Amino acid sequence: MNKILKKAFFSSNVVYFEVEAPLIAQARKAGHFVLVKVGTNGERIPLTIAASDTTKGSISLVVQRVGVSSAKLCALNEGDYITDLVGPLGKATHIEKYGTVLCAGGGVGVAPLLPIVEAMKKAGNKVITILAARSKELVILEEQMEANSDEVIIMTDDGTYGKKGIITAGIEEVLLRERVDMCVTVGPAVMMKYVALLTKQYNVPTMASLNTIMVDGTGMCGACRVTVGGKTKFVCVDGPEFDAHQVDFDEMQMRLGSYKEIEQKAMNQYLTSTTSN
Amino acid sequence: KERTVITRVHMHELAPDIRNKNNEEVNMGLTLDEALLEAKRCLDCPNPTCTSGCPVNIDIPSFIKNIERNAILEAAAVLKQTSALPAVCGRVCPQEKQCEASCIYTQKLGKAAVAIGYLERFAADYERKSGKASIPECAPLNGIKIAVVGSGPAGLSFAGDMAKRGYKVTVFEALHEIGGVLKYGIPEFRLPNDIIDAEIENIKQMGVEIITNCIVGKTITYDELKKQGYKGLFVGSGAGLPRFMNIPGENLIGVMSSNEYLTRINLMGASRNGDTPVLSGENVAIIGGGNTAMDAVRTAKRLGAKHAMIVYRRSEQEMPARIEEIKHAKEEGVEFLTLHNPIEYMGDEQGRVKTMRLQKMALGEPDASGRRSPVEIPGAIETITVDTVIVSIGVSPNPLVPSSIPGLTVSKWGTLVVSDDLQTSIPAIYAGGDIVRGGATVILAMGDGRKAAAAMDQYLMSNC
Ligand SMILES: Cc1cc2nc3c(=O)[nH]c(=O)nc-3n(C[C@H](O)[C@H](O)[C@H](O)COP(=O)(O)OP(=O)(O)OC[C@H]3O[C@@H](n4cnc5c(N)ncnc54)[C@H](O)[C@@H]3O)c2cc1C
Ligand SMILES: Cc1cc2nc3c(=O)[nH]c(=O)nc-3n(C[C@H](O)[C@H](O)[C@H](O)COP(=O)(O)OP(=O)(O)OC[C@H]3O[C@@H](n4cnc5c(N)ncnc54)[C@H](O)[C@@H]3O)c2cc1C
Ligand code: SF4
Ligand code: SF4
Ligand code: FES
Ligand SMILES: [Mg+2]
Repeated sequence: MNKILKKAFFSSNVVYFEVEAPLIAQARKAGHFVLVKVGTNGERIPLTIAASDTTKGSISLVVQRVGVSSAKLCALNEGDYITDLVGPLGKATHIEKYGTVLCAGGGVGVAPLLPIVEAMKKAGNKVITILAARSKELVILEEQMEANSDEVIIMTDDGTYGKKGIITAGIEEVLLRERVDMCVTVGPAVMMKYVALLTKQYNVPTMASLNTIMVDGTGMCGACRVTVGGKTKFVCVDGPEFDAHQVDFDEMQMRLGSYKEIEQKAMNQYLTSTTSN
Repeated sequence: KERTVITRVHMHELAPDIRNKNNEEVNMGLTLDEALLEAKRCLDCPNPTCTSGCPVNIDIPSFIKNIERNAILEAAAVLKQTSALPAVCGRVCPQEKQCEASCIYTQKLGKAAVAIGYLERFAADYERKSGKASIPECAPLNGIKIAVVGSGPAGLSFAGDMAKRGYKVTVFEALHEIGGVLKYGIPEFRLPNDIIDAEIENIKQMGVEIITNCIVGKTITYDELKKQGYKGLFVGSGAGLPRFMNIPGENLIGVMSSNEYLTRINLMGASRNGDTPVLSGENVAIIGGGNTAMDAVRTAKRLGAKHAMIVYRRSEQEMPARIEEIKHAKEEGVEFLTLHNPIEYMGDEQGRVKTMRLQKMALGEPDASGRRSPVEIPGAIETITVDTVIVSIGVSPNPLVPSSIPGLTVSKWGTLVVSDDLQTSIPAIYAGGDIVRGGATVILAMGDGRKAAAAMDQYLMSNC
């Protein structure tokens, strides 16, 4: 049981939590994640640790409400308890002084990108951050990114904010403009696929943080497996970060859809049951 | 003489066509009268060979004779001297290969063995239902703190035995539930959760603290545990890493490890009241022939599969699963495709597995395991329809703990290397169960826990 110390809305569907977890706050590094379960019958879902405060003994999570389990978590309030929370999991991001680092995040990937941006900046890199969203109200964490980047570029599909266009357009503009030593990308599998194709053309080493479906998060089940460089890897223990130029994003995208129908049905049921109360 | 003419008791079972649609325990247990009569069959041998067949040397004639004179609680107390989880072992031990294989009935009389496992289960269940469960006596606290990694049978039995010796024991468990494979692997129709929970409660009553959601090596390191004053560590982290075959199509949707399938259902309550989804299909193939494969295939049947199939590359004779499990699976309508080995999976446009290609096999010469080895029949390949495939070809030790503690010697199979006393290359760290043996059995894991407790106690007493 972990107590929720603080809750804030970044947008109607994106919630920030500060949660009591002293041991994890001590042990965690950028790139680590936790598994969270709400209720006795809840599902275990992975969430990146966005920040931690060792004096308070707390970690921060940024959760996007997409289905039943994230909705149940987002419905909790300050003072409530998260039933189960375990971590820190995964390998920490490899942080070093590369020179100029381009961080590209979209959709659900923006929250997990924040701790990487912070750590890259701290290591002395020039950090250019590109945030992509469908439209203005879906842009999140802009302020926090600003505070830790030399430059933040916002891209929206519909042009309601920042520049109009998809993330690769923003990346290419930077690549044409200046030398980039490392690119980090987090977001939907298709997005990362196109980011990787583009940076490959420009010969920029690229790291992708993968968000596959997980159950235990400790290497016990294999639900999170992906193909990297022709070999099967478990994202929860071998990752979540891999050389983006080696990842089979099509397979990853396909596997993310494993439970689509069941998830949609469950969400519809959840929505009817919560609105009828 | 008259004892030997009694026929071995028969275990009552739920009817196959009822039980394959629910999650109720299949074996229903013995009645008191049946147990009393079965206990009579035991000859109280002066040199009980049965006991040497039991990996933890339970005093079998003593507990059975207590049953015979209707002192069931005393029988249970005898079991508890040696076994931390008698109700569990009475259910899942491969008795037919251990104690019962060594019973004089099997060895000399050519008759069915005394039903030691059934009687063990009976005594443990009787005690639990009586509400008069005896808590083993614990020595006064000696002020020494001990940490345990993992709450499977190895960790729990170690913890119980150290508590008896007066140590303050804390068990750290990575998952949100206590029990290891007993909870996430073995299904409730074979081992109900309330039975495990009752035995865990006994261990807690002895003063053992269990902390869930805590991964040693991640949440807390061995060095931090030492700083907190823990003088000894027992690693019972199991063999949780699933193996795959690395054949084309193995990452298609619907192909998964038995660990994933069983965890979703048993630990997470998928298909019952849990929020975790599970894929269920009409044509479910389980690859493998061990206990885990039988558990998975019988689970698939219960989830409504029309065809739940075992696909195994040798013949039924070589299957490592318990005979009872194979029998139960057959009664429940499971199909057996022996001498077949998958070589490729094919999927539909969405990536869901649709068919699998099987290589037909024949039996050749015995291999290193002593079983006849499977040999390919050239050109004999067939394709069958499947929508779910569960790969159950074994597990390897999880490298998490070994890799997080520098200085631990690990074998080429990833198991921890230990001395005869189960001491690792770091003197204050002992290990047992599947992390040392690879995938083995509950009773062997428990036995290791006991043995390690005795050895660590000696080590600490002479070194602290
Ligand atoms: C390492 C990692 C870090 C992540 N960090 C964050 C984060 O910081 N913030 C955030 O909002 N999200 C994060 N995610 C994604 C988050 O875990 C999923 O959005 C969440 O599990 C969806 O569950 P649901 O029941 O709400 O939605 P559902 O409707 O059940 O699922 C929506 C989609 O999410 C994916 N998904 C479903 N179940 C799981 C699961 N058990 N594990 C992973 N993905 C699943 C599937 O693609 C599914 O189609 C991360 C994922 C990973 C693997
Ligand atoms: C489906 C299935 C059916 C089986 N059927 C039978 C049967 O009928 N009869 C039989 O005798 N045997 C059976 N077995 C085998 C038996 O269950 C195992 O041999 C036994 O459970 C091993 O016990 P253990 O204590 O070594 O490990 P486990 O039971 O695997 O427990 C290890 C525990 O350690 C935890 N852990 C791991 N790493 C860490 C860490 N770093 N920090 C904290 N905790 C950690 C794990 O989460 C787990 O709970 C079966 C196995 C399976 C999978
Ligand atoms: S623990 Fe297992 S082997 Fe030992 S007596 Fe009991 S059933 Fe037989
Ligand atoms: S060998 Fe068989 S008959 Fe003899 S004591 Fe053991 S259980 Fe009883
Ligand atoms: S989530 Fe189970 S192995 Fe990665
Ligand atoms: Mg979900």
